[in-house]
Amino acid sequence: MAAKSASLIRARRLWTDTPFGEAAVSFFASRIATISFIVLVIICLGALLAPLIAPQNPYDLTKLSILDGELPPFSVGGDGFLFIAGTDDQGRDILSAILYGLRTSLSVGVISTSFALVFGLTMGLISGYFGGWVDAVIMRIVDLQLSFPAILIAMILLAVLGRGVDKVILALIIVQWAYYTRTIRGAALVERAKEYSEAARCLALSNARILFVHLLPNCLPPLIVIAVLQIGHAIALEAALSFLGLGVPVTEPSLGLLISNGQEYMLSGQYWLTVFPGVALLSTMVAVNLVGDQLRDVLNPRMKA
Amino acid sequence: MIVYLINRVGQSLFVLSAMSLIVFVGIYVIGDPVQILVSPEASAEEIAQVRRNLGLDLSLPTQYLRFLSGATSGDLGSSFVYNESAIVVILRHFPATLELALAAMFIAIALGIPLGVWAGIRSETFSAKAIMAASTVGASLPTFWVGLILIMCFAVYLGWLPASGRGATRSVFGVELSIFTRDGLAHIILPALNLALFKVSLVIRLARAGAREIVGQEFIKFARATGQSPARIVLGHLLKNIMIPIVTVLGLEFGSVLAFSVVTERVFSWPGMGNLLVRSLFLLDRPIVVAYLMLTVVIFVVINFTVDVIYTFLDPRIRFSAKAG
Amino acid sequence: MRAENILEVDGLQTWFHTRKGVIKAVDSVSFSLRPGEILGLVGESGSGKSITGLSILGLIDPPGRIVSGEVRYKGRNLVGLPEPEIRAIRGRNIAMIFQDPMMTLNPVLRIDTQMRWALAAHEQVDKNAARARSLEVLRLVGIAAPEERLGSYPHELSGGMRQRIAIAIAMLNKPDILIADEATTALDVTIQAQILSEMQNLCAATGTALIWITHDLSVVAGLADRVCVMYAGRIVEQGLVDDVLDRPMHHYTEGLIGSVPSMNARGKPLKQIAEITRSLFDLPSGCAFRNRCPKVIAGCSEPIPVLERNGHQFRCINPPVPAP
Repeated sequence: MAAKSASLIRARRLWTDTPFGEAAVSFFASRIATISFIVLVIICLGALLAPLIAPQNPYDLTKLSILDGELPPFSVGGDGFLFIAGTDDQGRDILSAILYGLRTSLSVGVISTSFALVFGLTMGLISGYFGGWVDAVIMRIVDLQLSFPAILIAMILLAVLGRGVDKVILALIIVQWAYYTRTIRGAALVERAKEYSEAARCLALSNARILFVHLLPNCLPPLIVIAVLQIGHAIALEAALSFLGLGVPVTEPSLGLLISNGQEYMLSGQYWLTVFPGVALLSTMVAVNLVGDQLRDVLNPRMKA
Repeated sequence: MIVYLINRVGQSLFVLSAMSLIVFVGIYVIGDPVQILVSPEASAEEIAQVRRNLGLDLSLPTQYLRFLSGATSGDLGSSFVYNESAIVVILRHFPATLELALAAMFIAIALGIPLGVWAGIRSETFSAKAIMAASTVGASLPTFWVGLILIMCFAVYLGWLPASGRGATRSVFGVELSIFTRDGLAHIILPALNLALFKVSLVIRLARAGAREIVGQEFIKFARATGQSPARIVLGHLLKNIMIPIVTVLGLEFGSVLAFSVVTERVFSWPGMGNLLVRSLFLLDRPIVVAYLMLTVVIFVVINFTVDVIYTFLDPRIRFSAKAG
Repeated sequence: MRAENILEVDGLQTWFHTRKGVIKAVDSVSFSLRPGEILGLVGESGSGKSITGLSILGLIDPPGRIVSGEVRYKGRNLVGLPEPEIRAIRGRNIAMIFQDPMMTLNPVLRIDTQMRWALAAHEQVDKNAARARSLEVLRLVGIAAPEERLGSYPHELSGGMRQRIAIAIAMLNKPDILIADEATTALDVTIQAQILSEMQNLCAATGTALIWITHDLSVVAGLADRVCVMYAGRIVEQGLVDDVLDRPMHHYTEGLIGSVPSMNARGKPLKQIAEITRSLFDLPSGCAFRNRCPKVIAGCSEPIPVLERNGHQFRCINPPVPAP
């Protein structure tokens, strides 16, 4: 009877009363965050659907006409095609190149961050579970790695690994995982000191149970926040690495590589080759960072004023 | 203090050897620098000769041991490309990078602290909100792209400043520096601005957070109640309090500025260590890469140490506990 | 009579305009101060006593604002003075010290620097003259070995020492009036007693008038000549200390006196004032205390005039001691 009425009450609860609903409501309370979120959704859709919505497949050489080369924005090509963002020297539509570039940039950012999250989380849990010398060794590695700028480590790694999307992802995983490990271990120390952990230990619950059932759910919000902001970092890092010629291969140019390719034409006034991919990169970064900032404010009560 | 120092140094030595090992093995695995160095027409005999000269005919462990024994006496091997001691090559490029990084730090502080303090003490004004919005966008700007835009605006279209390279240098205490010549100054403005941008938003945020916290403190109210001028209150009372966290963070960030100067140096063809590093990575010039890493680690250790010292100097509370303990 | 008042606060209203509404932190407050007099300003937290002190010095920051009223120092209205002119008065003519001795001094500056700056705000002084004056004042507030203290940082000193130094800084420019906002509240009782008696002597010796802001009626009883009791932004009662404490004419004052633990009434339960202060956003019309008052009558919801008996002013139409 009691169970039945409880379930009834639960069913009648509005979705805004769930923790997720509450977070969503306070997230969209900010106009800037809402706009950023919408922009981010549009960017993601554009990247995801690039093959469908891009006016041209920029890497299908049969579709390119050298006669359409180096056209400024809003030029009409030989077959009456409008190049909104202009073309490069091979007659490639820059808008299409940007959409495809976004695809590469975003997937590198998201994939590397996800793997780094999983790996970092695992290491953090291992560190927290075993403690002792395992913990000491893992944390020493984390400290060492975090004391060096990510770009330096990534550069050296890529010099060793060579170019390639998979290699960039691997390098980004390696430079990112330590953040999560440190966060979850830090959280583990904090949570361990809290009363419910104490209570769980008094109930003689196993270490693993405390870790997975109690610690993990409590650590998730800050981890999500870090992960979102870290996607932004990863995209920026990939762009910088590709710009240096250490990142993705020329066959799959990301936004960074597009900017780098446009660099030499900039001095002769073909600004659209660098400016538009840059604007796309900038918008992505700003949107990701603003969404991440707002998530941090919403999910992390400690940061609230 | 001494224990702490030894600990630091030991830790750094460990990092050094770990990094050098990775680079050693890595570059050994990925390619043969000899193939890049010799001309395509070189005979097998000549290639073998070059290989012997560079010590690349030995087994990897032997090479590494050789390197280690050299490193302990301060010799990091000779560059494959320049035929000079790698340390010498790196140090020759070091002043340009240091100069650029310091100029960038200077700009970041000179812009960031006034803007941040203003945004902190007048947080309700429109200008303060504009500053914060700009700093959010600034934190998201891709450095290298901004560099290109700067070149496009100020060098290509306006023609005010040179687009790339380093200007004339003048020897200051035996170090070739360009900031003391007019030409040099013109050349360093854009790259320094570019590199600074990366830290300005950080300084603004730190200064704002600090100013907001301090301005509500009772000692500020007390100073106002004694009739001290706003200038004295901000420059005397407030600034000294917020400088502590800013100096700490900036000091620790100096290393990342040095590292990030790699990107800026590429954009502006700045003849510094970063440019050298990227070139050497492409040419598989292992001794240069290793020497760069060594120097970076040494710089990091020095920075961390210096920050600790400055911190103690700025905050009497810490000085006191150090004296007592 | 009026001419010899050094400070007259007249109809002072300091309001805070917030998003939730207007907070009338100080509402129609009037009192006066004679040279060398010690005035106690008593009330619970949120009663507006600190804001009154800050208003006198023009230290109210947005969203707060002095909406109306005058603060006359030697006959000159300070409200609405341009910032440089009121700044010339702060510290030199009217000084103020605050509650927390940990936080009133700048933690990263040496005492001598802080004292020199406070002096330099009002006159050109060289380092030696500043030092001489600082030493003189430090001795005046009872600090032993003042030479050593000058070279110290605040964290090296005890709480009592810090508050003495704050008082010394306030006295540097020989002000006519010192406003002390809960200046001894955070200190040990013994230190508090010391500082209180020193303040009494100091004021007598220098002729400085003192406004002592506190929530502690027992402090005022031993220190002040006259007392103002504030409640919800208004002065509900003011008069000579003996008059007010012996024959309170407002139920709030009576309640305050009743809740002071006294040595004579050991073992008896302490009295307390029922309920808590209303939010300052929705003050009832008429007497603000009436929801807590034991003797409410019909007229209490009407605006209450200031009544007076032999210089003893009160805002209560049904006072505890009936008017003769």
